[in-house]
Parts: sequence; C-alpha cells; structure tokens
Amino acid sequence: MTDRTDTVTSDGQIGAPLWLLAELTYRCPLQCSYCSNPLDFAAVEEELDTAEWIDTLTQARAMGAVQLGFSGGEPLVRRDLETLVAEAHRLGFYSNLITSGLGLDESRIEALREAGLDHIQISLQASDPEVAAAVAGSRKAHGKKLAMARAVKAAGYPMVLNVVLHRHNIDRIDQIIALCDELGADAVELANCQLYGWAHLNRAGLLPSAAQLEAAEATTVRWRERLAERGRDMRLLFVVPDYYADRPKACMGGWGSIFMTVAPDGAVLPCHSARMLPMRFPTVRERPLREIWYESEAFNRYRGDAWMSEPCRSCDERHRDVGGCRCQAYLLTGDPAATDPVCDLSPDHHLVEAARREAEDDARPARELTPRNVHESRVFCRT
Amino acid sequence: MNDIPIDGRSVCRLRPGWRLQWEEAQQRHVLLYPEGMVQLNDTAGAILAELDGQRDVDAVIAILQARYPEAPAAAIAEDVHEFMVDAAQQGWIHHD
Repeated sequence: MTDRTDTVTSDGQIGAPLWLLAELTYRCPLQCSYCSNPLDFAAVEEELDTAEWIDTLTQARAMGAVQLGFSGGEPLVRRDLETLVAEAHRLGFYSNLITSGLGLDESRIEALREAGLDHIQISLQASDPEVAAAVAGSRKAHGKKLAMARAVKAAGYPMVLNVVLHRHNIDRIDQIIALCDELGADAVELANCQLYGWAHLNRAGLLPSAAQLEAAEATTVRWRERLAERGRDMRLLFVVPDYYADRPKACMGGWGSIFMTVAPDGAVLPCHSARMLPMRFPTVRERPLREIWYESEAFNRYRGDAWMSEPCRSCDERHRDVGGCRCQAYLLTGDPAATDPVCDLSPDHHLVEAARREAEDDARPARELTPRNVHESRVFCRT
Repeated sequence: MNDIPIDGRSVCRLRPGWRLQWEEAQQRHVLLYPEGMVQLNDTAGAILAELDGQRDVDAVIAILQARYPEAPAAAIAEDVHEFMVDAAQQGWIHHD
C-alpha cells in the first residue's frame, strides 16, 4: 500500500491504527517468486473463521481503523469474502480488495460491489504472458487478469494496477505502462520488489541493476509527460527498491504507528513481513486487539527511539526514518534492532553495496527462481 | 481532467470512488480513496461536506456564509474558491 498518511507523533503518544491489512488466507493459485508471505506460510493451518474476522474488524474499527485491505494469499479463495466486505462497509471502513484477479468473474465483481467494496487492486506480473508465466507459475493467469481488469473498470470501480518490478520485467516497463493505459487504470503502482520473504530468498535473481533502474525511472518520467499532454489522469507511482536508496524509508510510518496486519491465523503484526522476526506476536484469539496494539511487548518493542542503537540513536534524522525497516535489519545483519543497512551511515551498509554489485552481474534466470508454493514452504516450517 | 476554470456556477463533486467521512477517532473529516487517506483541516472538511453533486460553488459559499456570520463574507468566498481550484488540481474533485 502506498500514500500512507503520516501521523507519527514525537511526544511518545501511541496513535490509532488507521490502517488494517486483513490477510484472509495464505492460499494462492499463483507462485510468485517475490511473494511477501512468510517462507513457512504452510505451517499456518487454522484460518480465522467468518465470525472471528467480523469480530476483528469490529474491534479495529472501534479503535479508529478506517482504511482496510483484504489481502492474502489470494483473498478471493475465501468464500465468505462478500460477507466480510458487507460487514466492513456497515462498519464504515473504506475497503480495498488486493487481488491477483484469479477467482474473480463478472458475477462476483457485482456481488462485491453490492456488498459495498470500494476498490479493487489487481496485480499484473508483466506486459506479456511469457514473462508473467515465468514469474507467477501460471500460463493462463495473464489473460485472465487482463479480462478481469477490464471487467472491474466496466463495473465503475476506481482501478489501481500493481506491477511488481524486478530484473526480469523492468526492461519492459514501457510496454507495461502502455498496457495499464489501455486497460484504463486510474493509477499504477510500479513497485520494485522489496527483498523480504520469498523475494529475499530469490534476491540474486530479482534485484535489478542500477542501469536497469535508471532507465525504468526515465521511461516513467517520459510517460508522465505524455499522459499529462493527453490530459489522461493515470497516476504513476514508481517505488525504488530500498537497496538503491542512501537513506532507509520510514517503514510503515514507524513500528506500531498507524498500520496493523492481521495474519490468516489471527497473529497481529506491525507489517505483513514482520512475522519472520525472532519474536512472538499475539493473536486475536488470545487477547483483545486494543490490548495487543497498545500494551503488548511486541508492538511496544520498536516504538519511539529508546530501542535504537548507534548510529541511529544520536542521528538527527532518526525521527524522519525511524531507523528504517526492522525486517531488513534482521535479514541482513541478524539483529532486528540494528540500523537498516540501506542507510549509508550504517556499519553494515557494505552488505547492501555487495548486493548492488551482485546485480551488475548476470542474474539467475527467471525459471531458476524458487517458486512460492506449499511444497517449497514446507522446507522452512519449524517442527 | 477538465480544463474549464472553476467559477461560481461550477458544480464540483468528489472524484468517483472517493469518499468523505467524519472520523470520530481522529476528530476530523477524512477523504478516503483507493489505499489512501487525506486528513482534512476544519475548513476543507466543511467545504467538501457541502458538495452534494447539485450545488454550485456560489451555493456552497452561501451556505458557509450563513453558518459563519461572524467571518467576513468576502473572505469565505475567496477561501472556498481557492480551495476548489486547489482540490481540482490535486484530483480530489471533478467539476462540470
């Protein structure tokens, strides 16, 4: 999700979780090698049922959550999605369905609309079926996605298309944007894949080179100019991979600041990647959501700046970027409280520079990436 | 997008799919759109709340002038006009 509202307070007050990401399931028909789901997702077996989700939505809304994403996995796998959407609408959420488009058809689009869904975001993997198949593991998916994007637009929804960029599709960004234009998108997220979860596992085959990135950004700028000349209102949001920044992003606007994810089994997380951190997150089956957000050790651990180590602790910019991303710090250094190595002030920044150098070389071909599926996931499940 | 300038007779409405809502927890109006939210100040919230798809800019100004009689009428008219132009530029509203 993008364009987050920043309400980090510097006086130590804990704000409300304005955003709720409801990951309804880890089940998904696709096998994208950059999936942000945890590597050991197959260990999660008992999903929250309809009543538990309704209770979670009700609690979150009472706490002030107003933007709601239904995500996964593929949320359309849940047959009770329409019921949950209707409840979200009744509660006053602005609800977004974040989907691959697989499992959608005209009648379901209509049913979701009647239930009060506000927006459908469809992800595309590429501009052509060959690359899409190599990335997502399905030959049929691409055509189906295009048909559903057209149907969503025809149903009158505002449409955001999301394209995850990596070294195997980024050189085709011109064709990708042209396709989104033709599909009638209102906005396009050109999001370079961030290297967590499956994407971290496949990093050597995903991170684009500096030259690829530069060319893609230049193409995006040219497209913005062309669209403006035509009076076509299609916003292009280009997200640079963290690995090519000199300062880290203020991840999620700060840990436990405005954003909350509830995972399929009810685990409450400060972001959808945090589950891989070496700590335990409480679930909605154990404690009320309010208590988890305001009082749990997990949510308080990286709030404020007392937890920071050097160079963050004495840095003037520590409230701007809140030390960066805890998941990135952990993945690269083994210490979740370290400065995000993306920062060029970090003593571990050489790790990021090494990954950039690696990206200058020939990468693993797309077909050699590890697909995200239950079989591969079992390897990572703790016994 | 629309190149016609906004004047007193323009009818402005929220961009399709966007929603204005009072948020008790935040004590303000917010403008909700796909995967995002604009947190509005009191003035912006008061103006957008009067857009019903029928009223033109002059009608919105008249309503707010009646509601805030202590504020200079000309200042309200100017604020509303400036806000509408800005909101249209930001893509929050469309106008006829």
